[in-house]
Amino acid sequence: MKYLYYPGCSLEGTAREYDSSTRAFMTAMGADLTEIEGWTCCGASAAEAVSELLTLVLPARNLALAEAMKPSGRDILVPCSACYLNLKRVEEKTRVSHALRDRINEALAADGLAYQGRTRTRHLLDVVSRDLGAAAVARHLVRPLTGIRVAPYYGCQCLRPYAVFDDPESPRSMEPLIAAAGADLHPWTMGAKCCGASHMNTKMEVGLKLVGAILEAARGADAVVTVCPMCQMNLEAYQRQVARQSGTDCTMTILYLPQLLGLAIGLSPEALRLDLNLAVTGAFLEKLQHTATAA
Amino acid sequence: MALAEETAIELGTMPEAAEALAEIRAMVQPCIQCGTCTGSCPNEFAMDLTPRHMWRLVLLGRTEDVLASRTFSLCSACYMCTLRCPRGLPLTEAIGRLKQLAAPRHLPHLRSGDLFYRNFIDSVRRHGRVREMEFMSLYFAQMMNPWLPLRYAGMGMRLMRRGKVALQLPSRGSGRLAKLFEKVAEMENRP
Ligand code: SF4
Ligand code: SF4
Repeated sequence: MKYLYYPGCSLEGTAREYDSSTRAFMTAMGADLTEIEGWTCCGASAAEAVSELLTLVLPARNLALAEAMKPSGRDILVPCSACYLNLKRVEEKTRVSHALRDRINEALAADGLAYQGRTRTRHLLDVVSRDLGAAAVARHLVRPLTGIRVAPYYGCQCLRPYAVFDDPESPRSMEPLIAAAGADLHPWTMGAKCCGASHMNTKMEVGLKLVGAILEAARGADAVVTVCPMCQMNLEAYQRQVARQSGTDCTMTILYLPQLLGLAIGLSPEALRLDLNLAVTGAFLEKLQHTATAA
Repeated sequence: MALAEETAIELGTMPEAAEALAEIRAMVQPCIQCGTCTGSCPNEFAMDLTPRHMWRLVLLGRTEDVLASRTFSLCSACYMCTLRCPRGLPLTEAIGRLKQLAAPRHLPHLRSGDLFYRNFIDSVRRHGRVREMEFMSLYFAQMMNPWLPLRYAGMGMRLMRRGKVALQLPSRGSGRLAKLFEKVAEMENRP
């Protein structure tokens, strides 16, 4: 299981624990990740608001770099849903339009690069749920997360518009993984609802409403797990503002999926950088203490 | 509404806006006004026009009214409408085009989004990667709203304490991706 790895900008900054836990978990599961040399920003949600061509050229630059890496034939693993969609969009669009690929390549030539259309971009959840699979997590299980109730939060852009590995409206790919970790499922219908993405930066009132509804529905769970740095930040960083607006407490532990699964296969909270999360409650850590390591 | 009038006057001097809108209109031409997009949108509660209504105005070529509304700027690209539209229209992408159409016009009611995205992209041009703290400080400085940073101050402190962001002075220089950006601009400005 060899992959090229595109961390994206957030994973170097506000989402460093997502980077650390992804690498630690994947390596422990026997996967091999090689970072794409010289990668640059995919444009996030900003390029689309500014220029159509830039929205395609910024991710295409990274696909061209990935394509040039030897040995060829490795899928590109992407943990951030926004980066994933930006890279994936270029693959999908250039596959059906060679005219578009030529246009992109005309721009890339300014950087001495060219994209042939031979890459395959995969979201982390796709790789974990289908390449590794719940059975492998169960085989590596060292610390069953017994009694911990988890709400799986998928967000939007790993599911839509390209339905690659899960149902885009009622996703379930995390459920077998949570079960394999020995944890309980918090049943809810908010898993594929939008967290507001960058609204928190430009239209906070609107963002708080969306996040508030998700945190409200998570009540009763011990943790929400995410697979995107923007979802994670929205759910973990504004809990106080949401509480002030709605008048109800909504304190909730928010973890990245590889952190949860990493704990279950016996990686330490330090290795998974739980210290960097903005919302891990004392109650959660106490429950974690009570899960016995079987080893 | 005063805002709409102000914006309309500004747009009146920009006939090319109508031309660009024609392209977007072609993307949504088969719309049957069923309202599925409105019913699917998580941000609809905050919009002045419902998504269905906005598409109607796009079809009617009412550029000023579309750009004077906040509807497209409130789209968080969740792709639910795109997924569900019975005509299979690329709605989220069409909204992206509306954002691109509005961006260079510096419409007063879209200011916070404009500045945010412009500073973000500028950070990418200079460094190749986003320096989160740098572009956030530039964004706050340009918003010229002294209360705004305070809303994020608590979070900023928590991020700094964890070493997730560092205070960085904006750096100068032509930029790591400058050539690529120039080329893209040149290609987009071709007649
Ligand atoms: S869902 Fe599609 S067809 Fe229905 S109103 Fe919206 S854009 Fe038109
Ligand atoms: S993609 Fe945008 S317009 Fe469509 S449902 Fe989502 S937020 Fe609303």
